[in-house]
Amino acid sequence: MLTVNNVGRRFPGGVEALRDASLRLTESDFVALLGPSGCGKSTLLRLIAGLDQPDSGRLAWDDGPPEPGGIGYVFQDATLLPWATAEDNVFLPLRLRGLSRDAAMPRVHAALHGVGLAGFEKSRPRQLSGGMRMRVSIARALVTKPRLLLMDEPFAALDEFTRHKLQADLLEVWHQAGCTVVFVTHSIYEAAFLARRIVLMTPRPGRIDREIASSLTSGPETRLAPAYAALVAEITRGMGEALR
Amino acid sequence: MMKWAPALFGLLALGLWEAAVRIAEVPVYQLPGPIAIIGAFVADPLGLLQALASTLFVTFAALLVAAVLGAAMAAGMSASRLAQAAIQPWAVALQVTPLPAIAPLIIIWVGEPLVALIVCATIVAFFPLFANTATGLASAPLELNDLFRLYGANRWKTMALLRVPAALPYFLSGLRISGGLALVGAVVAELVAGSGGFASGLAYRILESSFRLEMPRMFAALVLLALAGILINFGLGALGQAILKRRGAA
Repeated sequence: MLTVNNVGRRFPGGVEALRDASLRLTESDFVALLGPSGCGKSTLLRLIAGLDQPDSGRLAWDDGPPEPGGIGYVFQDATLLPWATAEDNVFLPLRLRGLSRDAAMPRVHAALHGVGLAGFEKSRPRQLSGGMRMRVSIARALVTKPRLLLMDEPFAALDEFTRHKLQADLLEVWHQAGCTVVFVTHSIYEAAFLARRIVLMTPRPGRIDREIASSLTSGPETRLAPAYAALVAEITRGMGEALR
Repeated sequence: MMKWAPALFGLLALGLWEAAVRIAEVPVYQLPGPIAIIGAFVADPLGLLQALASTLFVTFAALLVAAVLGAAMAAGMSASRLAQAAIQPWAVALQVTPLPAIAPLIIIWVGEPLVALIVCATIVAFFPLFANTATGLASAPLELNDLFRLYGANRWKTMALLRVPAALPYFLSGLRISGGLALVGAVVAELVAGSGGFASGLAYRILESSFRLEMPRMFAALVLLALAGILINFGLGALGQAILKRRGAA
């Protein structure tokens, strides 16, 4: 799908956010970018989204850069329009692509249903909990049926119970949608639970250190499984070595 | 009891004021009591209310012009950095220039007194609307701006679907502030124009009464002005709340 070739990004003021990052994304992949703050995870995500341009290296899309709507993006905060209903927030990407409300509504309702928010179509963000707002944000990202879903620490601000529930639901959504997910996190446990590939990044300058493959099939009991504990231990060890 | 507290306090203060001027035998041309002020209003209610209507017409016309101009210039400024560089210093210059200093010039240049009054009041009312709307247009989170870019939204769609709705509470707050300022601007302009012979508005009635030492009538006009200011403030506040509540984001 996408090859990231020795990409670098230096911000005005001289801060080198990313150096020589290389990564290959394939169809229906689930990749976690894991590392401490300032290691360039979000910068790499923005470069993949086309929201920022690299100073060096290049991004090569196998079938050309995606059309608007081909990439879904979920931010750390739900970043919903506070004046719009859940339905209208999810309708937004389709509206920006010129779809009429009538034509879009079945897809909007299906997306909300897909994230467990059937019955909350007319609710406004302030009437929803933090977890529900994040679900609306995920539905908004998925409503255009993107090939690539980019998620920038989407569950970091949520409590642990909500986070666990949303992680399990995200895997369900990923299986159904079949898109590629790049998930930025600084939680080893989250990366181990969700991703098939865990990319470890280190700071100053931000760079990719190594990649760990996972063969876990996550489900309700995964967090109690020895294989999960072993994977967490492997990532922890790898992260320790990378940061040394 | 809490509900009636302001009214009871007001009545008590009026009673004390009336008692004080009577006991101290303060001459009416120095400080009239509330009863004399009410008497002055009752003696010529039509004249004072017509003057109030004239002042309110200038106020609301100026507020409307300031709202349209302020919002349009803020939108222009938010759409282009060049426009921002060109407009902002002039807007600030307009804000810091005292109206009494430029009102005579405006009245001479414009010629038509009523239009000149509206121009003067607009100058006073303009800045809060302009500054608030500009702040509001820039208030949408960066992530939402990114999201609009990601979905290929052009400048107009971003303006219509993100920036303008985000700016609405700021604009309404500016409208409330500018409502009071438009009244102040109208009064100041009327005072300047009144001294030049243009007889209209409550400020002119105040000027006229002070020349004739008709202090109760002057106070009656002042009370009407204060009431108008309070009503404008509360009215625009309620309007803003109703609009935001209807939109679901109050």
